[in-house]
Amino acid sequence: MKNERQILSSSQLEITIKRLCQQLIESHSDFSETVLISLQPRGKHLLNNILAILSKEFNCKNISSGDLDISFYRDDLRTKQLPVIPEKMNMDVSTENKKVVLIDDVLFTGRSVRAAMDALMPFGRPKLIELLVLVDRRLSRHIPIQPNYVGKVVDVIDSERVIVNWGMNNVLIIKDNNE
Amino acid sequence: MNSLSVEHMLGIKYLIKDDINLIFKTADNFKKIINQPIKKVPSLRDVTIANLFFENSTRTKLSFELAEKRLSADVINFSSASSSVKKGETLLDTVNNILAMKVDIVVMRHPNPGASVFLSRNIKAKIINAGDGTHEHPTQALLDSYSIREKYGIVEGKKIVIIGDILHSRVALSNIYCLKKLGADVGVCGPSTLMPKYLDSLGVKHFSNLNSALNWCDVANVLRIQLERQDVQLFPSLREYSNVYGINKNVLDNLNKNITIMHPGPINRGVELTSDVADSEHSIILDQVENGVAIRMAVLYLLSLKK
Repeated sequence: MKNERQILSSSQLEITIKRLCQQLIESHSDFSETVLISLQPRGKHLLNNILAILSKEFNCKNISSGDLDISFYRDDLRTKQLPVIPEKMNMDVSTENKKVVLIDDVLFTGRSVRAAMDALMPFGRPKLIELLVLVDRRLSRHIPIQPNYVGKVVDVIDSERVIVNWGMNNVLIIKDNNE
Repeated sequence: MNSLSVEHMLGIKYLIKDDINLIFKTADNFKKIINQPIKKVPSLRDVTIANLFFENSTRTKLSFELAEKRLSADVINFSSASSSVKKGETLLDTVNNILAMKVDIVVMRHPNPGASVFLSRNIKAKIINAGDGTHEHPTQALLDSYSIREKYGIVEGKKIVIIGDILHSRVALSNIYCLKKLGADVGVCGPSTLMPKYLDSLGVKHFSNLNSALNWCDVANVLRIQLERQDVQLFPSLREYSNVYGINKNVLDNLNKNITIMHPGPINRGVELTSDVADSEHSIILDQVENGVAIRMAVLYLLSLKK
């Protein structure tokens, strides 16, 4: 049996992403020195939403962006139960001397973000790296990584999963109930 | 499918089509990485690999070693010319001694067919066959099919002819298995003395005339005459072989279509291919070499994930 509870509805999700866009504009103004980079696979949906809103509602067009695959940089490659199969890498951008914003849906242990910073290095030396996440599971960090832009902070225990459902446009917390 | 169905890479014969497609998909990622300014990922930093070469090799050995280093593995190299094999040590003893040094993956080339299968049954490490006598050379076949896929977008339905010494060629046998599994039409062409007796059971077309083979195919994979494996003389002279089965610019110009030329190397220029063909825009020989590193990275990566 599964226990589900919704933490962001479709309309709340839209408001949250719009707020994140506005915060990005506050720090990056016209985005001429900025590259937005999603962590594959799930960060890509958030990045696409952000790019669409920035373009449509705030007239910020032609923003440099890329999708980063971090599979080969993970620290749990051979300890995971299922093999890690790489996603598509789409990095036709240089990050040399640019302000990079890494984008992912859920920040959990922080290990993916550490791997992403390693994976980013071959594309140039960024001026700075920031982190934007839709959901921050703030009590679950294994390494000292903090986001700069957060959609929603949640306190959930390890046995619960936070799922951003891009098909239904909502965010759920799911508890696998085995009893 | 997100895992290989095999524990070792012993030959294409043991793979299923999904394995080959998974290797290709993974190699796509590695091909991007080896074209980055920093051509290295840390995926195999906790893995030690021994390259055991009991037979001469330049390309395959360098390609494997580069693939291993690009994945950050620790690498040890061994070649039989300068080793205790010359003092009479058996293959199993040699390899067990190397494994006592805590090696996770063994890449082996050996002159005896089946050497890697034998090893996989007797030792605890993952084995990659880098060529065993006249049997198989799986990573070469994978990179050949990958290069065809890169050129045409798909392998299925393409017509590939393999020209030359099919009898002694592990590249030919592995290529035939690989191409057939991917749904290609395969033909072979060469003197009948260089054709194996089991040719019919492989389900390939046989051409004895070079021109009809080239007119039929989309891709010609040209092999080297392996004089070192021929105990008896199987054709009158290299000059005669070259006259009948050598590909030169004239032969290509007389075809009414463009075909792609491949060669696994090393090329004997002037025998099976002339320089103006080997270096022409129809040749993807150097792409094959580049793809070799990506394919070997993919095979090493996927095998290292197997528990």
